[in-house]
Amino acid sequence: MKRRHFLTVSAATIGGLLIYSLDGKVFRVSAETKPVRVPLRFFSENEARIVAAATERIFPSDEVGPGAKDAGVVIYIDRQLAGPYGQDRYRYTQGPFESGAPDLGYQGKESPSQVYREELQKLKGFDQLKPAEQDERLKQIESTHFFSLLRRHTIEGMFCDPMHGGNIDMIGWQMIGFPGPRMSNRDDVAKHFGESFRPKPSSLFQITGTKVPASEDQK
Amino acid sequence: MKTLSAVDVLIVGGGWTGLLMAKELGSRTPLSVVVLERGPAHNPDEYVKEMDELDGAIRKRSGIKVQDCSKETATLRRSESERALPLRELGLLIPGTGVGGAGEHWGATSYRMMPECFEVLSKTVEKYGAKRLPEGHSIQDWGVTYDEMEPYYTRAEALMGISGKAGNIRGKLIEGGNIFEGWRSGEYPTPPTTTPYFSSLFGEAVKSLGYHPFPAPVATLSEAYTNPDGVSRPGCTYCGYCNMYGCMIGAKAQPTSLLLPVIKKHKNISIRTGVWIRRILREHSPGKGRVRGVTYTDASGEEVFQPAEVVVLATWTLNNTRLLLLSGIGEPYNVKTGDGNVGRNLSADFKIAAARVWMEKPLNRFIGSAPTGVSVGDLDGGVLDNTNLPFLRGGMLRALNSGYQPIATFGPVPRSVKGTWGSEWKKAAVNLYDQMEDVRYDGEFFAYKSNYMDLDPTYKDVHGDPLIRLTIDWGENEHRMAEFATAKGIEVARVMGAKEIIPFRELGHFDANPYVVTQLRGGTIMGKSPDSSVLNPYLQHWQAPNLFVLGGSVIPYAPTARPTLTLLTLTIRTADAIVDRYLKNPGPLA
Repeated sequence: MKRRHFLTVSAATIGGLLIYSLDGKVFRVSAETKPVRVPLRFFSENEARIVAAATERIFPSDEVGPGAKDAGVVIYIDRQLAGPYGQDRYRYTQGPFESGAPDLGYQGKESPSQVYREELQKLKGFDQLKPAEQDERLKQIESTHFFSLLRRHTIEGMFCDPMHGGNIDMIGWQMIGFPGPRMSNRDDVAKHFGESFRPKPSSLFQITGTKVPASEDQK
Repeated sequence: MKTLSAVDVLIVGGGWTGLLMAKELGSRTPLSVVVLERGPAHNPDEYVKEMDELDGAIRKRSGIKVQDCSKETATLRRSESERALPLRELGLLIPGTGVGGAGEHWGATSYRMMPECFEVLSKTVEKYGAKRLPEGHSIQDWGVTYDEMEPYYTRAEALMGISGKAGNIRGKLIEGGNIFEGWRSGEYPTPPTTTPYFSSLFGEAVKSLGYHPFPAPVATLSEAYTNPDGVSRPGCTYCGYCNMYGCMIGAKAQPTSLLLPVIKKHKNISIRTGVWIRRILREHSPGKGRVRGVTYTDASGEEVFQPAEVVVLATWTLNNTRLLLLSGIGEPYNVKTGDGNVGRNLSADFKIAAARVWMEKPLNRFIGSAPTGVSVGDLDGGVLDNTNLPFLRGGMLRALNSGYQPIATFGPVPRSVKGTWGSEWKKAAVNLYDQMEDVRYDGEFFAYKSNYMDLDPTYKDVHGDPLIRLTIDWGENEHRMAEFATAKGIEVARVMGAKEIIPFRELGHFDANPYVVTQLRGGTIMGKSPDSSVLNPYLQHWQAPNLFVLGGSVIPYAPTARPTLTLLTLTIRTADAIVDRYLKNPGPLA
């Protein structure tokens, strides 16, 4: 049986925010809390550390707002890669595989999870580098398919519904003023012209009152 | 193979047109009507649980409303010299599946087509002469005129409760509506939806430039409405979860909320889900004559033959064409000789962001509904004077307030910002997130002899049948039109006071990038003559009189207007022809 990997994180590592337990419920980690072991579905601990570091360089925490580590992007990506998307359940994967014109979409044989596994091998020790060195390393790979996935998944993890493991506490939504699935804007559609209208965000769980199954949790 | 007992009418495909035909025939006659649908049943009461951008619009797995492309997709190439490759992920095409089809996740834009579109060849030649026609074009008249279509448009609009403002009621022009549109017998069933901030800015700007803006007609209700079938739906809440979602309250017209309530009242109509249609069988196959029914693989994997008196093919553009090709019904189009008609006149949406703009003030762009916005008809095909322009026909400038979700829309930044990741990019993308919008342009895409569909020689579906192959690229006319539209879009953006503008890139080659096009047309086109079309003007197969074909495949080119309203209009017209004429005397209607 495959050894189960955990991402051991201290509050400092993840920006002092929130972590997921085994059943997917969120609990808050404060600076005083002892290190927490997050169960990983796909990544090894080393892989998770590299992805956490790389996504933080893509979407850093700064004076404008939180970044990838704060939002739990690595947890989001880990779940996606373990689920039907990461395993290419819904992609057309019959051969022959030809490298065609780039504007006909990704034509490779490897699934997203295979791409990550292979490419992360080449980034060993990435999480130990200084931020400027990490940026240099990422610049070397920024035209690769792997990097385009990493960037896309970082944005997804920043702004997905929290049910998917990212956007913890809806910090991504708060940062850009997106309220989540809001039942009605009828009273507001003809108002607030030229002014920010920022209703408090709500997740799908908060709106519906029931836990909606996420596609990555499908068997 | 198991053979079932025969039914009167067999409808292949349970989307907009298939279910509308089932409702019309099943409620107006005692015929037994069976609808075959590959996907599952949907439960609109659960749509609120699908308001999750990741599993909805991005992964497209919520409620399984989109075709599983691991089982079947299409291949694409731009010319004979390219090797077609499969579209391995959905994006360019977003075919629906399940009861309701793509009608559950559609965008609900509902313009009528302009009168000239139906006679596009003769009107263009009349105005500009045959010499002006683009090289290699294959546009042709449809075999039906706008005047013949008008009463059916009125019925389709009443069915869906289209919200809009008329611009021409029986020749009387009305300011505030589209004064360039074809005549209408009356006002829209419901008033226009509310115009949000960005579209309002656009409306003021185009008006100051001398254009005639009007609120886009939409199949999302501005207020509660009960249609002639007695089906009631509430008004839109501008939640923004429309395109790629089922409407949680049914304000958007979708087959499950509009047609199923009527279908369920009629015991002579039944819907069979989970069945994968393999072939349409002919009486003297291969060759001419009536069709006998269809074969399918059911959910358990069993092969079944379902005989029928009448077969209505109502799958999507690609599958309609593919099933005729797989079944050997009609002669496949031959690009070299021009012989054959099945597969010809492939065309698609032509829509671009003429100018991407960043405005001074926040737009609150999470508010909206997919089709809500303001359009300009002054530049549309048949309105625009092409005499001194390097292209024919035209299109519409538009602003939309679709209701934006962040994963799909986060990231673009003005050109002064370096990079697409890292702190500088992130700060700009966050700070400017709610100020970005597009001035859009929807144009006409001609049909060309070189754009067509056939069966792919290499790639297969899950059952081992060949995928459909698309050979399609833009023509000179589209390139020149895109340049014209971009210049107009920039002009409007400046008047709107945009602080940053990125003009549309070159049209380039037809590509697989998401959201460029979604709706394809052609393949089994209607027309005046069996020499140049697959179907007669009643959407009846020229050689097999008990076979009717509905859906995007019947339209012989891509006018500016999105096709759905017109497809429902044509479906009602065909239903009338079947009930009033065909059933009394089964045979060719034209």
